[in-house]
Amino acid sequence: MIHLSEAPIPVVAPGSADGAFALLWLVIALPLAGAAVLLLLGRRADAWGHLLGTATAVGSFVVSLVLFVSLLGRDEGERQVAQHLWQWISVGRLDVGLDLLYDPLSALFLLLITGVGSLIHVYSIGYMSHDPRRRRFFAYLNLFVAAMLVLVLAENYLVLFLGWEGVGLASYLLIGFWQHKHSAAAAAKKAFVINRVGDIGLSLGIALMFVTFGSTSFTVISALASGASQATLTTLGVLLLLGACGKSAQVPLQAWLLDAMEGPTPVSALIHAATMVTAGVYLVCRSNFVFERAPDAQTVVVVVATVTLLWGAAIGCAKDDIKKALAGSTMSQIGYMMLGAGLGVAGYAFAIFHLITHGFFKANMFLGAGSVMHGTDDDVDMRHYGALRGAMPVTFLTFAMGYLAIIGFPGFSGFWSKDKIIETALADSWVVGLCALLGAGVTGFYMTRLMLMTFLGEQRWRPGVHPHESPRVMTGPLVALAALSVLGGVLLAGDWIVDWLAPVVGTAPEEHPPIPALAVTAIAVLVVAAGVALAWRLVGQRPIPDVAPTQVSALTRAARADLYGDAINEALVIGPGRRLVRGVVVADDRAVDGVLTGGPGLVGGIGLLLRRVQNGYVRSYAASVLGGSVVVLVALLVVNLA
Amino acid sequence: MSDQTSAYVALSAVLFSIGAVGVLVRRNAIVVFMCVELMLNACNLALVAFARQHGNLEGQVAAFFVMVVAAAEVVVGLAILMTIFRTRRSASVDDASLLKL
Repeated sequence: MIHLSEAPIPVVAPGSADGAFALLWLVIALPLAGAAVLLLLGRRADAWGHLLGTATAVGSFVVSLVLFVSLLGRDEGERQVAQHLWQWISVGRLDVGLDLLYDPLSALFLLLITGVGSLIHVYSIGYMSHDPRRRRFFAYLNLFVAAMLVLVLAENYLVLFLGWEGVGLASYLLIGFWQHKHSAAAAAKKAFVINRVGDIGLSLGIALMFVTFGSTSFTVISALASGASQATLTTLGVLLLLGACGKSAQVPLQAWLLDAMEGPTPVSALIHAATMVTAGVYLVCRSNFVFERAPDAQTVVVVVATVTLLWGAAIGCAKDDIKKALAGSTMSQIGYMMLGAGLGVAGYAFAIFHLITHGFFKANMFLGAGSVMHGTDDDVDMRHYGALRGAMPVTFLTFAMGYLAIIGFPGFSGFWSKDKIIETALADSWVVGLCALLGAGVTGFYMTRLMLMTFLGEQRWRPGVHPHESPRVMTGPLVALAALSVLGGVLLAGDWIVDWLAPVVGTAPEEHPPIPALAVTAIAVLVVAAGVALAWRLVGQRPIPDVAPTQVSALTRAARADLYGDAINEALVIGPGRRLVRGVVVADDRAVDGVLTGGPGLVGGIGLLLRRVQNGYVRSYAASVLGGSVVVLVALLVVNLA
Repeated sequence: MSDQTSAYVALSAVLFSIGAVGVLVRRNAIVVFMCVELMLNACNLALVAFARQHGNLEGQVAAFFVMVVAAAEVVVGLAILMTIFRTRRSASVDDASLLKL
């Protein structure tokens, strides 16, 4: 179903970082220094910590912008720059440098991470203004951004892994930021543990690279990959996919994403839009030189992505918690990106395109949801909202832009990016394409439901709640992100993003799709319209009960329970794991300890028996002396007579 | 061994056995002591009898040593017995059985 492209797979061959590119390290160093200062200075930085944190993020964005402009000025063939910072590991044949790679792909990620990240920083100034630990929050945000930047700027898989783990750590700290809540602490732990499962895949993949290629550098591997065996490349692809599944919350490692909503809302925006979940998509696109040569691994990517995009969409339909509904939608949209990435050279650019537009509109909507919660005393239940558009006009309007973008309303950013992925999927396989279409329709349904329940309809506010618009420092980023959600589609103008990414991911051969592109677009729009209309009929035209109805279909019940993701984990992993541990404990207690304590126990038991002889009666001692003498005498006699 | 000597040795063995049985079965410490003395003197008798048979003095010297040791033992032993009797009001050896685990 997936074919090897005739066009050559690009090789990473970066030039040296001179001129403006010498500043590359600064992109990472700024937020990292911010995090270090904020954490080390402690309470002394409380007064201005949030300002410093925001300043480093914005500074990093400015540097990224300068770099991007410099890269634009270069010829297409010279748009890969590497910076060697220092020798990291040098043991035997193993030689790893702390190298950074700046190319069109990392350039886009840099802009997305630092740009959206900066907006989220600004927003957090307002959102966290009443939190006594705001400085710490900004330190963690900086750390998160820095780790993600290391991830996308790495020139070899080991440095990438450094950023990968840094992202895991920062997400753990931020999801569990309100650690006094048991649920938040548990959610952080869950995210951390599930991510470790994915990390096993990535670290095994890195080990396999060392064995096969003797290096983890993109430059070396992209040059040598054609010489590796098919089995090795497929294994490598599947291992990398396992890592990507963990970070990007793909089935079967998706369970942490919904619980991660326990963190403060800006964290959800950061995790879902600019960082973390995009890492898996980045990994697959970056490793295109592996996946292009391993069609079986690509098939696995496509299957995982298709399942995830439907899985997440189903969850999004059933949730009453506004953040969880959005989280389900993220899972689904990341599924689209993975699908694009799994479709090979025809899809990489669109995966990245969707990733960027999704970064805009999902950050927009998460921050909008945060704004709604801010105005309703941190209530997240959509059944307690309704008719908020009058009370929060700016939030409503900006959220509406994000809504139109995600459902793919013609002209908005999401329309262009999702449409391209559906088109590519349809050209590749009927089944996958239809699933992607269905997902788009369901997206239309659940997002409309969310809109209707939150901003339209009747007021269902709790008594004492007086929804109000958020301060300017929060609405400002919302407006900026709304504008980006609307206009993000310009990246596709004249196929710019496809040409831009061509040096990294290759050029797709000219194909003639079975259905003309316009027809696909029309069908997609119709399917989405059907979803929206269905939501309007089921949610918009009926009163919304205050408590979620219990007489619902099995599918709804399943979706409310995250399609039993936790139950499956419990049954397949946690339960057997627990039983195994219990068995090991018993074996340890009985067998190992038995051997160790058995010897001393035996000696002790004999001692207990022997001590009875020491009864304190002189006469019995005398008897034993006599008995002994008699025995000796008899023995002597026997020996002498014999 | 002459008949005379064997009669002495037999007497010595009988006395020794009476002493040993006395040590084992009697509870009174004084009697136990006397029985110990009996055993020692049974040994002396045998030593002297053999000395006489061999016509030298080594056995007799050994018997003197035994007497000296027995005298010393009686002095120490009786002193201990007195002390035990003062604290426990009993001369039974079974009552002094605290030295055990």
